[in-house]
Amino acid sequence: MDVLHGLLQGFEVALTPMSLLMCTVGVVLGTIIGVLPGLGPPATIAMLLPLTFKLDPTGAMIMLAGIYYGAKYGGSTTSILLNVPGESASVITCLDGYAMARKGRAGPALGMAAIASFIAGTFGVLALMLVAPPLAKLSLAFSAPEYFALMVLGLTMVVLLAGESLTKALLAMIVGLWIAGMGTDLFTATSRFTFGQVELLGGIDFIIVAIGVFAVGEVIGNMEPEKPIEMVPVPKGFRNLLPTREDFRRCRFAFVNGSVVGFLIGILPGAGSTIASFMSYGIEKGFSKHPEEFGKGAIEGVAAPEGANNAETGGALVPLLTLGIPGSGTTAILLAALVLWGFKPGPLFIQESPQLFWGLVASMYIGNVLLLVLNLPLVAVFAQLLKVPGYAMFPLILGVSIIGVYSVSSSMFHLGLLCAFGLLGYLMRKLDYPSGPLVLGLVLGDPMEKALRQSLMMSGGEVSILFRPIPSVLLAIAVLLLLIPAFKKFNAVRVQVVDKEA
Amino acid sequence: MKQPLARSGDFWSGLALAALGTYIVLQARAWDYKTEEGPGPGFFPLWYGSFMVVLSLLLVAGAVLKRPADDGGPAWPDVRRAMVCWVAFVVSIVLMDFVGFIPAFAALTWFMVTVMARQPQRVALPLAIGGAVGFWVLFSWALDVGLPAGRFFS
Repeated sequence: MDVLHGLLQGFEVALTPMSLLMCTVGVVLGTIIGVLPGLGPPATIAMLLPLTFKLDPTGAMIMLAGIYYGAKYGGSTTSILLNVPGESASVITCLDGYAMARKGRAGPALGMAAIASFIAGTFGVLALMLVAPPLAKLSLAFSAPEYFALMVLGLTMVVLLAGESLTKALLAMIVGLWIAGMGTDLFTATSRFTFGQVELLGGIDFIIVAIGVFAVGEVIGNMEPEKPIEMVPVPKGFRNLLPTREDFRRCRFAFVNGSVVGFLIGILPGAGSTIASFMSYGIEKGFSKHPEEFGKGAIEGVAAPEGANNAETGGALVPLLTLGIPGSGTTAILLAALVLWGFKPGPLFIQESPQLFWGLVASMYIGNVLLLVLNLPLVAVFAQLLKVPGYAMFPLILGVSIIGVYSVSSSMFHLGLLCAFGLLGYLMRKLDYPSGPLVLGLVLGDPMEKALRQSLMMSGGEVSILFRPIPSVLLAIAVLLLLIPAFKKFNAVRVQVVDKEA
Repeated sequence: MKQPLARSGDFWSGLALAALGTYIVLQARAWDYKTEEGPGPGFFPLWYGSFMVVLSLLLVAGAVLKRPADDGGPAWPDVRRAMVCWVAFVVSIVLMDFVGFIPAFAALTWFMVTVMARQPQRVALPLAIGGAVGFWVLFSWALDVGLPAGRFFS
């Protein structure tokens, strides 16, 4: 009953004209950035976040979430028409999607991608709605030691799956912790790592780092000569986009597989939509009666991964909203957004901010319908975006980045920091340091230090407080995960997963 | 033939991070590790700083011991392009401090389109002017978001 009541309340929020507008803007923007290779949801959300400060937080969150899941719909378009994934989560869709397009079945491939995304995306929201409230109640028993252990585990999983080199992922995370530690220590008012700069006493705003590393770093890294694109044309006419009855029959299992696998993988920190899509593709192929058709244009090979990467969104929002623990760069930015708006994602979030939680859930149902309606008839229009040259797009990204950072503090010093973090983002890409752990370290650095120091204050300095049942289990899992690279067999599996992500 | 150490990104980045880790540890040692209430401001940085030093030295050691086959090193023309773009971005930010957003951003766009993408002026000028004015109309005028005004105009 609580869920139904909450959902009704959510629809009251999500169906207001403003919320509908924000949802539409979010999913359209999401689709556009999903279509455009190179610019991903973390960069877009980071750039637009400062511009949402004047908006109502519920509407702003609805828009940012729309960008997050809308990008996954758009990502399949380039995979199918161009053999170039718009998003890392759509890499596997290239295999069968592009093969179908080459056989003259681009329409049904695009149609099935949108339909599978809709079904699994809706399943993900349904599961989020059912799983989040009880999990939040369960986590009410958590105090500082449990939170510290949970954050350590979350960071460990992200680090483990962030790159081939665990050392580099850990180093990136520590740099994030260091940046998070800059400014005035809240316990003792000591200035830390401020280099004598008054502007750094308040710490470095998360937005500056996120925009610098993701958006500016992305533009600088994309300054290579452009290659001409060869795109398979989108079939004209709505009917030509619809899969046949036989296609639907073949995809029955793929819908279920993509939905369940995507949601479950989404809950795990670090795993993300790319791994969800690869895993559901593997399961689909493994259970198929025609595994030999995979890679040559099997429509299930489009439906399963596209479904999984959309169901993953619902899963990823579970730990974010109920525990305050993000599992990826994008959810870390969403967490920062919620904190900046004055919300406290965690066990009490649903109770304290029911309008936002249920409004967001309801808007995701609406957003999925909007995406299906938009993507089927307008796919040809979105595909035209691929013809926008980089030289026209990159200055726009830099312009939005500058305005985004400047709007936070009106400080030229912060624009200087943006330049520095842009260079850091580029160097990290060049030297194969993953940016996910850096951003997560940055977001979790402060609360992690706070939780650790509070724990030790509670126990009078006794480390044994971290060995209470829940923290000890969580920390033991984290240690075991970090030991994986020491075992060749397990590390081979890890590297394989990371390679797929890359 | 093995990759020369001087061209190893892991070696140099490991050294840089080891230096950063050492700086963090030295700074943390100057702050209280423990206070009457509990852990002090130096407690957390000392631990992660030390961890950083160890990990970065491991990275350096790995680069020295396991040198991969020489692949010719980085594609320097691409790196140069990226660095030129970054420098142009930095210069535009410096310019913005003096002349404000519109001229500085127009100059950045013009540079990226003309110099980097080698497009003709009939493409570059409308993009540069249209983009800068478009941003002003959308953000400053319609959304009331402040843009850098510049010392000369404020």
